[in-house]
Parts: sequence; structure tokens; C-alpha cells
Amino acid sequence: MNVTEKVLPNGLKVLLKEEHKAPIVTFQIWYKVGSRNERLGKTGMSHLLEHMMFKGSKKYGPKQFSQTVQRNGGNDNAFTSKNYTAYFETFAADRIGISLDLESDRMVNLLLDPKEFLSERAVVMEERRMRTDDDPSSTMVEQMMATAFLAHPYQWPVIGWMADLGNITRDDLYDHYRTYYAPNNATIVVVGDFETKKLMAQIEKYFGTLPRGPNVPPVGAVEPNQLGERRIMVKKEAELPAVFTGYHTPNLKHADSYALEVLQGVLSSGKSSRLYRSLVYEQQVALYAGGDYDNIATDPNLFFVYAGVMPGKKTEDVEKALYAEIEKLKAEPATDEELRKVKNQIESGFIMGQDSVFFQAMLLGQYETVASWKLLEKYLDGVRAVTKEDVQRVAKEYFISDNRTVGILVPVKK
Amino acid sequence: MKFTKRIFVITFLIIAQASSAYAAEPIGKRIVLKKGMVLLLSEKHTIPMVTINMAIKAGSTAEPEDKAGLASITASLLMQGTKRRTASRISSEIDFVGGSLSVSGGDDFATAGLRVLKKDIRIGLDLLSDVLMDPVFDQKEIDRKVSEALAEIQRQKEEPNVVAGEAFEKAVFGKNAYGRTSEDVATYLPKLTRQDILAFYSARYNPKNAIIAVVGDVTEKEITSLLNEYFKAWQGKELALPAPVPPPDVAKNIIVKIDKNITQANINMGHLGISRGNPDYYAVMIMNYILGGGGFSSRLMDNIRDNKGLAYDVHSMFSAQKEPGAFTVGIQTKNESANDVIAEVFKEIRRIQTEPVSDSELADAKAYLTGSFPLRMDTYAKIAGMLASIEIYDLGLDYPQKYPGLINSVTKEDILRVAKKYLLPDRMVIVVVANQERAKLKF
Repeated sequence: MNVTEKVLPNGLKVLLKEEHKAPIVTFQIWYKVGSRNERLGKTGMSHLLEHMMFKGSKKYGPKQFSQTVQRNGGNDNAFTSKNYTAYFETFAADRIGISLDLESDRMVNLLLDPKEFLSERAVVMEERRMRTDDDPSSTMVEQMMATAFLAHPYQWPVIGWMADLGNITRDDLYDHYRTYYAPNNATIVVVGDFETKKLMAQIEKYFGTLPRGPNVPPVGAVEPNQLGERRIMVKKEAELPAVFTGYHTPNLKHADSYALEVLQGVLSSGKSSRLYRSLVYEQQVALYAGGDYDNIATDPNLFFVYAGVMPGKKTEDVEKALYAEIEKLKAEPATDEELRKVKNQIESGFIMGQDSVFFQAMLLGQYETVASWKLLEKYLDGVRAVTKEDVQRVAKEYFISDNRTVGILVPVKK
Repeated sequence: MKFTKRIFVITFLIIAQASSAYAAEPIGKRIVLKKGMVLLLSEKHTIPMVTINMAIKAGSTAEPEDKAGLASITASLLMQGTKRRTASRISSEIDFVGGSLSVSGGDDFATAGLRVLKKDIRIGLDLLSDVLMDPVFDQKEIDRKVSEALAEIQRQKEEPNVVAGEAFEKAVFGKNAYGRTSEDVATYLPKLTRQDILAFYSARYNPKNAIIAVVGDVTEKEITSLLNEYFKAWQGKELALPAPVPPPDVAKNIIVKIDKNITQANINMGHLGISRGNPDYYAVMIMNYILGGGGFSSRLMDNIRDNKGLAYDVHSMFSAQKEPGAFTVGIQTKNESANDVIAEVFKEIRRIQTEPVSDSELADAKAYLTGSFPLRMDTYAKIAGMLASIEIYDLGLDYPQKYPGLINSVTKEDILRVAKKYLLPDRMVIVVVANQERAKLKF
């Protein structure tokens, strides 16, 4: 993969990958903190802190970050998930110094101005209304996660429960920042048009002197085995019902992860996949249908299988049709052609992904944050080795009703 | 699932930006193929793949006024079966090589896209040419697409921003083709006949109406001979588009209130804007960047989000295509703040119409627009999109070299002039989808 890795004495890990096809560079910094590191009553801190990271540090005052990047012809943004918080700038290759200066400053010198905090907390509440409260499917997924996880922090939403947002104080965020924002809890990933030796020296100059922080407290939570199906209904103003199911599955650290990825492809990759062809095309009971295996996670997560109900069709029939496809995977192996197709899709997706420096950096950052970027080097071989028997075996092992959480979206009208 | 600090604001529709710093050579080559189709080619040999974008003059502007949605459903049916292949066969073949193939409708154009590994270029072109040249429009497939489209229209009613956008377009564009709403489409689709589709297809889908942008691991010789081979049997002649229906004249502010049991007011405000060919295009783009197109560098974002905490997303845009598109300001805010937010938008529009922008605002906008050029062509797909725009709007293959000059020649006086000319705060359409009881609109 031509990645150069170096760990600085203060614990900061640096991953550099030269890519000279366009004169641009993406700089990303990944912190190992997300909603997974929060607690009930204060959920949403990681994401709110991400917002505050744009509200001023010692050297760059409020509003300065994005304006500086844009003035240099760049785009910047950030994202928070259950497992990580990441910041990035993408611009012409000769502007990389801007990232080094900005990011090294806000890693240790954030202002967290109390007035800015109140206004930004209101912005996040608006974001929650937009993304979740007024969106029936998002509401449904949020409630399913809260049902599927009893003991693990994946149960609460990244954006936080609305009441919790109101509880978070400026000092809570300061503690969160001091606990998790330090070189030893971060990874820098740069992909693009640069010279590795030169850039590594620059990174060492900007970040090498930052002090190592205390060790980050471990999460430790382990979700116990599920002991039977859990069902919820979500009644919301909506137009069409939907059926979502989620099965506890292992993450990318587990050997079964490759077989589960292939299974996901068989179920829902492209219009020739089983769920689309059966539920949408042939039976015409669903408006959409798919499977989503989020295995790039620090701890085991859910494998979602879902469908939207066509007008005039019965929700229970759609649910049955979803299970029928799952039972088929258990009863008989996928065909050789299906297996070949899914492996081709994964392989060409990997090659085509090289088109985007952002995407390449994103994969490295995600993998390194939840496990190790080196797993990426084994990824294609792992997928190639999957047999149809493997796919059948993981279907039988994980796709059982006792391991399932079901959510039914029930439209109501005012 | 991710939550981002900001939304990438679409500042410009269709047109990619460019500056000369990194592109001394023309962005690609223009070649007219045997049957009259125009090829735009950019050879890139770093990744063994090929990306193709086609634009065919078969968008809503080509459909009869009383057949809203005909262009779009025709486009989607191309993938649903040809003389040689069933719908299932088409999806199986493209999926098997891990590629993607799609055709969809649009305003001025229908678009077709293909992405395959270099080794699969023949399979890809065979499929692409087959769906464009030999669709059969089987009645069962038509019925299926119609019921899917109607269901999708229904589903989208649960998305407040879609509802707001539709009501806005309806008020701004009236019967003009840019204002086709779900409602219009839902009225027509049950009456749609196979004959309508055949007539539209045979009038509009032909090589003289098509351009094809190819980016990737092929040589000029290779791709021209492949395209001449696969599109050999395609013929037809260029047909004039129906005369556009003029959008309604909006003489004073119009407010459209839609009641929904939601927590936020989804607000769309604006009016008719400019076409891509308007000589003031670049001045308008810079003015809009400063007003609300420039993300965190824009006045609307600074005022409404950064200073007042009233919204997560607030942006403005001019959608410039063949004909004048809309100027739109879009915001979501809690129901109770709707009045305040609308007032602030009016304030910012009037401010940019009465006071010149500052030197630093103008310099920053120009620095971003010219400096971000490399980002607008950093993937094969983006380059293909830019090539298509260059052909459609006749920008010239040296557009990347010309672009900084076009941007840098705009003055503060130009900004003030275009703000006065193209922003119409007394002739606005204001759509508010909200819990109206809580929003208590004063407008």
C-alpha cells in the first residue's frame, strides 16, 4: 500500500501515502474518541466538542479556521462517529503547512469560550432536529440501537439525546477535551502530492513538541449475548411503513468479518443482489431493500437488513420476505457466480477507490482508529479466501431470530 | 453514521471551477465521432479504470408541457430491457464486473454514466450502447417503474425539505420545465402510455443530441474506434426543443405556508435567477459566495449560525443552466425562530444591495474560487463532469486557463451592481414548511 508509518516520541502516529496523480493533498487527524467514550446524561459531548474545535484556539481565533482554509483554496470539515472524531483539510499540495499550523494549535490550545459554547450548543440542537427528530428513518435507527444494546455505549446516538445536550456544560467539554485530545490518542493521515521525507520532518516540527497526555481511560463495556428477539414500534408522522432488523455481528477484528462482507454483497450489492431482485423487482412488495454491515467499529456492532413497504403492501409480508431471503442463505450456499460477482465488486471498488485521495486517507484513518491500518493490507486476500460454505456458516451463526432486534416504522398522521 | 460540523454547500450547480496554476495544458480533447456524437476525452493512465458521462438533450425541457415526468421515466426505463437483454441481465452483467451503469433524467439533459475497470471496457460499452440504442420499453417494466415512481413521490412527502423545495419551484417556475413537481408527475404518470415513451425516445435519443465525456485509462485511438464500433447503428437527427414556457411574473412577495407536525421550519426563499450564459455569471457567483454560498465565509452563515445559533444549515445558491434557474436561500430552524431567520435573510440581502462588500471579503472570495480549482478536478468523475459542462456551455477547452482571469476581473462595483440587479427582495417566493401554530409567521 506504500504507507509510511511513524510513531513520534509523544505517541502521535503518522501515516503518509504519496499519491501524485493530482496536485492536491488531504490532511486528516483522527482522535480515538466518539460517543462510545461518553455516558448517559451527557451524551453527544464528542460531537459538540467537534463543533467547538472550529470556535477558536490560541493562535486562530473564532471563525478563523475555516476562513483561513478557504482563503487558501481549501475545503475543511470534520465528522464524529461512535468510535472516532476526525478533522480534515483538502487543498492544493503547496498549502499543507496551513493544516500543520491549525491542527497542532487546536490539539492543545482550544479556547472553549463560554458564550460561543452556548450558541454552538443551540446549533447542534438544530442539527439534531434536522437529522433525527424530523426524519422518521433516523428516529427508527436511533431507537433500535437503544434497544439492541443494553450494556454498551453504542446504545446512544452520536449526536446525543436532546435533554443531554441541554445538560452538557462548557466545563464538561473542557474535561472531555483534556482527556482525549493528545498526541498519544491521535493519528495523522496524509495522502496526496508530497515528498514523504520532507513532510515527515515538518510534521515532527509542528507536533513533536506537544506533550503526551495521560493514558486514555478504557471503555470496558461488553454487550452480553442477546437472549431473544426484541421488537419495537416507532409511530411517527411518515408516509410509508418500513421494517428494519439488526443482528449483532463481530467487527473487522474477527475472522468472520470477511465472510459477512461477502454475505452483505450477496444480499444487497447492486440491482442483481438478492434483496433488490426479490423484494423490489420480482415481488414488488418493497420500495427499497438493503443490508448494511458496519464492521469498521471498535466494538461489535449491528448488521442491518431493511426494507421500505410499497403502498398497499402489508408490513408483515415485507418482514417475512426479508426473513425468507435470510433463510435461503442458511439453507443453501450462494452460487459460484454470486460469489465471483461479489468478490469482483469488492475488488474493483478497492481499485476505483484510489481515484480519491480523501477516500484513501479516510480508510486508513478509520482502520487505524478502530484496529490497525495494516488490516487493510490483508483485506483483499481475506475477501478472496471466503468460500460459499463460509457465507452459509456465518448466516447460520449470526442471522438467528434470538439475535435480532426488529423495528417497525408505523406512519401516523396528525 | 456521521455527524459533520457543516454541510458542503453547493455553491455552483453544474459548472466546475478552474484556475491556471496547475493546468498548463487543455483539460482534454474534443473529437466529433462518425455519427455526429461529440467526444470529450481526458486520458489518465494512473488507475486502470474508465469513467464515462453522457449528456443527451432529453431532459424535462424536451418533454411536452402536459407530460411532466415523461423524460425522467423514459431515461429510467432504458436500463429495464433491450432487444438482447432483460432488465435482470443488464444488472447482472454490470454487477459481475464490479462496475456501475446508470441513466437518469434531468432538466436540460438526461445523463448516462458508466464506470468500469479498463479490462472491462468492452463489456461496459456494449451495455451502455445497448441500453441507449435498443431499449424495448416492455409494458410490464413500464408499469413497474410507474408504481415505483408514484411510491417514491409519496415517500418523499415525509421529507420536509423536499416538500419545501417542490412548493418553491412550483411558485417560481409555474409551468416552465424547470419547475416540474412531484404533483405534476403524479398527475401524469397514471395516464402515461407506451406510445408516449416510444415517441419521446425516438425523437430525442440520437448521436447528434449526445455528448460523451471519457476520462481514464484509454488512448484516443482506442476509444474513438471503440465508440465508432459500439454506436455504429445509432442514428437520428437533431430536433429543436419545444419553446420554453415563461415562468410566472412575481410582482410582490408571495408566502406559501405548509403545515406539518415537525420540530423545524424548513424555509426556502428566492426567485428566478440567471442562466449559465449570462455575462454577469462570474460576478453573480462571487456575490453569492459572499452572501450565502461560501460556507463559513458567507454572511448568512456568519450571522444566522455562527453569531445567533439559529440554524445548522443556511446557504444561498444560483442554479445556472441553459435557461435561468432559481436563486434560493435554504434554512432549517426551530419553528419558533422562523420569523427571526426570515427577517435576517432579508436584512443580509438588502445589505449586499446597498453597501459595497469589503476589500477583504472580495479578495477572500476570489482566493477561494481560483485556489480551489485543483479540488474541482481531483477525480475522474469530476473531470468528466467538467468536460461535459465545457461542451454544453461552450466554455472552451482552455477554460481552466481562462478561469482566474474571469474571476479576478470582477470589481466591488460589479458586485454591488449585480446584487441590485439579480436579488429581488420585494418579489420573493417564501415557502415555510413548519408546525404553523408554533411558527406564528408574521410574513
